Amino acid sequence: MSDFWSYWIIFFTLLVLFGSCWLLIANRKTDVRGDLAEGEVPKTGHVYDGIEEYDNPLPAWWFWKFIATAIFSLIYLLLYPGLGNYPGLLGWTSTNQLEERVASANAKLDGQYSAYAQRTIDDLAGDPSALRMGRRLFNNNCSICHGVGGTGANGFPNLADADWLYGSTPEAIKHSIAFGRQGAMPAWGSILGEPGVGDMGEHLLSLSGADHNAEQAARGATQYGLFCSSCHTPAGTGMQALGAPNLSDSIWLYQQQNLTLAENIRHSIRSGRNGNMPAHYEKLRPEKIHLLTAYVYSLSQNQQ
Amino acid sequence: MISETASSEPPQYNTKVIKQFAIMTVVWGIVGMLVGVIIAAQLVWPELNVGPYLHFGRLRPLHTNAVIFAFGGSALFACSYHVVQRTCNAPLVSNSLAAFTFWAWQLIIVSAAITLPMGLTSAKEYAELEWPIDILIAIVWVVYGIVFFGTIMKRKVKHIYVANWFFGAYIIAVAMLHIINSLAIPVSLFKSYSIYPGTIDAMVQWWYGHNAVGFFLTAGFLGMMYYFVPKQAERPVYSYRLSIVHFWALIAIYIWAGPHHLHYSALPDWAQSLGMVMSLLLLAPSWGGMINGIMTLSGAWHKLRTDPTLRFLVVSLSFYGMSTFEGPMMAIKTVNALSHNTDWTIGHVHSGALGWVAMVSIGCLYHLIPRLYGQTKMYSERLINMHFWMSTIGTVLYIASMWVNGIAQGLMWRAFNSDGTLTYSFAESVEASYPGYLVRFIGGGIFFCGMLLMAYNVWRTVNTDSESASTSEGAAINV
Repeated sequence: MSDFWSYWIIFFTLLVLFGSCWLLIANRKTDVRGDLAEGEVPKTGHVYDGIEEYDNPLPAWWFWKFIATAIFSLIYLLLYPGLGNYPGLLGWTSTNQLEERVASANAKLDGQYSAYAQRTIDDLAGDPSALRMGRRLFNNNCSICHGVGGTGANGFPNLADADWLYGSTPEAIKHSIAFGRQGAMPAWGSILGEPGVGDMGEHLLSLSGADHNAEQAARGATQYGLFCSSCHTPAGTGMQALGAPNLSDSIWLYQQQNLTLAENIRHSIRSGRNGNMPAHYEKLRPEKIHLLTAYVYSLSQNQQ
Repeated sequence: MISETASSEPPQYNTKVIKQFAIMTVVWGIVGMLVGVIIAAQLVWPELNVGPYLHFGRLRPLHTNAVIFAFGGSALFACSYHVVQRTCNAPLVSNSLAAFTFWAWQLIIVSAAITLPMGLTSAKEYAELEWPIDILIAIVWVVYGIVFFGTIMKRKVKHIYVANWFFGAYIIAVAMLHIINSLAIPVSLFKSYSIYPGTIDAMVQWWYGHNAVGFFLTAGFLGMMYYFVPKQAERPVYSYRLSIVHFWALIAIYIWAGPHHLHYSALPDWAQSLGMVMSLLLLAPSWGGMINGIMTLSGAWHKLRTDPTLRFLVVSLSFYGMSTFEGPMMAIKTVNALSHNTDWTIGHVHSGALGWVAMVSIGCLYHLIPRLYGQTKMYSERLINMHFWMSTIGTVLYIASMWVNGIAQGLMWRAFNSDGTLTYSFAESVEASYPGYLVRFIGGGIFFCGMLLMAYNVWRTVNTDSESASTSEGAAINV
């Protein structure tokens, strides 16, 4: 802010502050006119549609309350930023307040987390107190998408089963949390055409052993070999290095509730999908990611 | 008693436009509060969110616009037109311009009721209406100013009564706030984008938003109070010099208070502090109006026992005092850190909106309507009394449940475990709010039912045999 605007703000702030006080003090009148009988309050003499006005003095308690808030305001503006560029005697800013609080919280928590950071994921996955912390971290940071307990939702993988898009090792899980994952299924609608999308859908249903139209599935199988098998493998078992899902099991990531399974599958083929797991390495400290990894790892361990 | 009114014959006051606005105040009050009860129910039973048009997100701005601008606005038009004529001893400067403000204002309200459920919104709180409607509002407001100040200029009394100071300040400030905040670049007939970027847009929006409260819902209604309280109590106003001090202090300080809506945001620290300081400084000027209103009753306290209309006016002033104490407290940064984004804010708004704005309007209408229709009093005092208790109980249930919810939410959101993680998820705080939402729905429902009693009472008053119409104070003219 330039000096001009700073002085502009200071000028009008003080004008309102002192102007209000002047108005208050100038209108302060505690005595009542001498020529009036005791208890009789003078009127202004104005009459509006029958309404008259007394000229009672300002109530003392109200007067002093006004003065008190004005004094508080002035002191506050001396101590804290408020008057333009003047920083205040305390040197307070919201940025340094945040930094101080984060630093003091970290100082308090560092010991707690660093003790766990030294231990392996396998070790922590068997430690109830580490898992308790991991679960809280999960509830704060992950449950909004993956659900409390990590059971997933439409478009958000279930983390508590044995099926993994990018691998179930501690290293793979930690990588997913820290750096995120981008699952990109291309849209095949314009290449396959709508009948081709239908055929492919029946083929995928057949891969996982669901009810399907055998004739369509057979046509779809040819196209599958051409377009899909390079990522999802010829048998449809998927490829974790790419994050290509296993299509031969009964687990489906995208299950919009008002659509049937076949419709959901056709939607994925026709329009593609973009899975986006955000990266957390900037948001969470390594020790926290370590504990989270242990918790997520433990979820699937329980299933096996 | 010294009278400043020289003429013996009362002027030909325009009562038609006042009648129109007064009746529409009741109608829009019922509509706006019904939508409020519906969205309160949607928060208790989410399955009531049916389709895109009746979804909470679209009905909520409809509720706020309907109660503030349709109900509150009509009450302000009706009372300001009544008060300015009576206290200036002069008829409105132009009956056709006054009629224009009525019909155009109704058109604006109907457009809002159509466009908001359609999802057409500029996404600025309390200023959601799209640019063509915004332009119409600006035109109506300028015409309103011409009618009001034109009448003031033609006044037959020397001084300008304090109620008119407040009406005048409200009309000027709302024009300025509305026009500056609504500046936008249209990209189509129903879509525009604010001309302000980012944080500046937020600051302009809350400069507008807080002063919509300060000038529309406070200054304007104080103007109503300054006429109808001494009228109904039949007592002189308590202190002229208090009116002077609190009027000038109120309008000088209110305009600064907006930044307290943006504490701990990207707004520069100095602006946040300044908003907080000015909000605290506002406490005494706000209370000046309450003192002047309530103390006007000194010597007439016994009337409260028998006069439910006066009770409406006095209790509204008590709620006004309470919420103008609560407001500065919530503007303190450390308190705001707890209250911000919680139901406490909604409770605070409604202690002002139901307790102050609605109850003072209702009280004024119970005084005004029989006089407009040539009666000496409303059809039923008993129904006014029932309405009074329903309004009071409804308001108390509403604000108490929102205090409990707000403080519970604030405390749950800031609760930490020993390992630095949050103790509660957001959904858990929603679950904890459920009982409060139910109580709020009940309180709001009671308040709404009171409005139905009022509608019946008004209907019977207006349709009472009007033989006695000729005895009304001041003759009416039809335009």
